Amino acid sequence: MPAKARPKPVRVLIAKPGLDGHDRGAKVVARALRDAGMEVIYAGLRQTPAEIVRAAIEEDVDLVGLSILSGAHMALFPQVLRLLKKEAGGKIPVFAGGIIPDEDARRLRRLGIRAIFGPGASLAEIVRIAEQLARGKA
Amino acid sequence: MSRAGPAGEAEAIVGGDRRALARAITAVESGAGSAEALLQKLFPRTGRTPVVGFAGPLGVGKSSLLNLLVAHLRSLGKSVGVVAVDPSSPFSGGSVLGDRIRLERRADDPDIFFRSMASRGAAGGLSASTRDVTRLLEAAGFSVVLVETVGSGQVDVAIRGVASTRVVVLVPHLGDEVQTLKAGLFEIADVFCINKSDLPGAEAAERDLADLASLGPSPDGWRARIVRTSTITPSGIPELWKAIEAHEKFVATSPGHAAELRRRLEEEIVGRARDRLTAELAARLEVDPALRRLVDRVMARELDPRTAAERLLAAGRR
Repeated sequence: MPAKARPKPVRVLIAKPGLDGHDRGAKVVARALRDAGMEVIYAGLRQTPAEIVRAAIEEDVDLVGLSILSGAHMALFPQVLRLLKKEAGGKIPVFAGGIIPDEDARRLRRLGIRAIFGPGASLAEIVRIAEQLARGKA
Repeated sequence: MSRAGPAGEAEAIVGGDRRALARAITAVESGAGSAEALLQKLFPRTGRTPVVGFAGPLGVGKSSLLNLLVAHLRSLGKSVGVVAVDPSSPFSGGSVLGDRIRLERRADDPDIFFRSMASRGAAGGLSASTRDVTRLLEAAGFSVVLVETVGSGQVDVAIRGVASTRVVVLVPHLGDEVQTLKAGLFEIADVFCINKSDLPGAEAAERDLADLASLGPSPDGWRARIVRTSTITPSGIPELWKAIEAHEKFVATSPGHAAELRRRLEEEIVGRARDRLTAELAARLEVDPALRRLVDRVMARELDPRTAAERLLAAGRR
């Protein structure tokens, strides 16, 4: 008889691609997800797309959250999506936050970023969407 | 787990498939039945790899030290599997696993594997499944496995039963020499590492630890080594690895240590049996009406808990 299976907590990777050092938003979101009972792997600043994807695979996460304020999102997010697809079969949903103009946000959603949060987004809403994405219900 | 079943999974992990390894770790962590069959298959491949545990208070620089040690091991041509444990919240069950931010490596280096784990309510500085996860890393063929424990207090010594070499990481000015005599963390060290030794006070810390080591070897005959490191300058990393290697060599050849290994496996077997028994007895108590009446009688003070426990055990043996 196997040991009783425990309910599996959601594992989420929070990473900052690009070269800006503004990680307060990423930390606030990491803490909110922690308080919602998730295991948050905080990968920190200045991660390349390859490093982010490598971490997502090794940590076997259910969800990846990207934060960026440098303006390089149109260069970096598609790279993360492409590598995730190649290395992990593209099954891990990705959400994002930062300073992202509406038009870019629309294009990024078409490319496969599942949700995008700008300044002023409510933490409760971010947690709710993250939970849905991680459990495959969004 | 894949459709290939435990045999296919085991083959993939041994063959170097890192995604299979990562998924297996998740299965082990969540106590999935498929993980037990997999661990059974892989167990014969374990027990030959150095598993080096790092314990010590929070903020002494364990993660930074591990990052430099990983780089040093890679320069020696060794592949490295790392598992780093951080605490789960006793309130929400969630956690922020932040040991990964210290890791600097080429993203395309396949010979490093880093996994963060949450303690998920276990005491002692590890999670309940850390031992099994180190075994997965051993079976995956890494030449060294490193385990970073939760920033620990004086009695967080769970690493004792998991690692083949235990490094206790300290910094200058943690306390006077009497601290080193106290039971707990200081007893489990095969190697003492005085990190941040670029700070004043490192010599005094080394002197205190040397006094402790001079009081006598541990029961298996090993005398703890002391190494000074700094991740700023950086210095002492090759010396740290040499001290770890010396203990690994001792472990491989000392008869005293074979007895210690046997004792640890006995502890693990009894612990696993106890966990199973506890779960079975709790389940029995829940479903059996006669046993539920036992609890009623204890509630009414007609029966004492000790006698009720005897009857529960007797019912379990029938």
